[in-house]
Amino acid sequence: MTKSRSPDRSASEPAVGTETHAVVEIRVQNDILLARQASRKAAAALGFGTVDQTRLATIVSELTRNALTYAGGGACRVLTRLTAQERCIVIEVEDQGPGIADVTGALARGYSTGGGVGLGLAAVHKLMDDMTIETRPGRTLVRTGMTRRR
Amino acid sequence: MRVPILRLGRVLLTSLPADLTDQQVMDLQIDALALIQAGKADGLVIDITAADVVDSYMARILSETAKMVTIMGGVAVLAGMQPAVALTLVEMGRGMIDMETAFDLEGGVAKVARLVASRGGRHDEVPIA
Repeated sequence: MTKSRSPDRSASEPAVGTETHAVVEIRVQNDILLARQASRKAAAALGFGTVDQTRLATIVSELTRNALTYAGGGACRVLTRLTAQERCIVIEVEDQGPGIADVTGALARGYSTGGGVGLGLAAVHKLMDDMTIETRPGRTLVRTGMTRRR
Repeated sequence: MRVPILRLGRVLLTSLPADLTDQQVMDLQIDALALIQAGKADGLVIDITAADVVDSYMARILSETAKMVTIMGGVAVLAGMQPAVALTLVEMGRGMIDMETAFDLEGGVAKVARLVASRGGRHDEVPIA
């Protein structure tokens, strides 16, 4: 079964013209830092401001930590797209873990649980423009994007 | 590598590097609590001037460290947060950071000294009349 949720504008499939800026395999804690740095670098190269760079690095930290904690690891892809009107960064974090049993709950719980998966995903939802989650036992893909006018 | 903790009088000072693993944050918590418990200091200032990301995990560990220091009888202050980090933390939700804060290291040290003094010091001495 595939659960998916797109709270705002849908980021279903990468659009034409999308380039893969970096792929970071997440196996140990230090890989979280590498993924964070890669996303910040991509954002800076695309001309995103300090605040957006910080938002991106923060959500990469949340998502890659979830992959490491709940699935024992995964992969983080930093995708960029530049069109005449827009600059866009998409972060994809994929793992082969047990999947998220209750996606809506994980997003809704927020900080009040004092930790766990809900905290990270809720933060990603708030900091980014769009987010989709595909999850089933054996494969979870979280894709989230930030789009700015040029 | 563990984050070094310095002692200045009765205050512990630590400055977080730009990139910190989860384990390093946890080690810092253990080291700081051990020093306070051993009577080496009454308070702790954690400077995060260099930190360009404070995610929910780090925010939680920092806030919990402050709570632990407080219930042990001490004071912990977070100093030097960058504006972009503050903005991100506020956007992420209410109460991400739940501890005393200061603009910079100097303000943090002053705050620890003031809060400890306002409670009568480490041993809650009765003021001499």
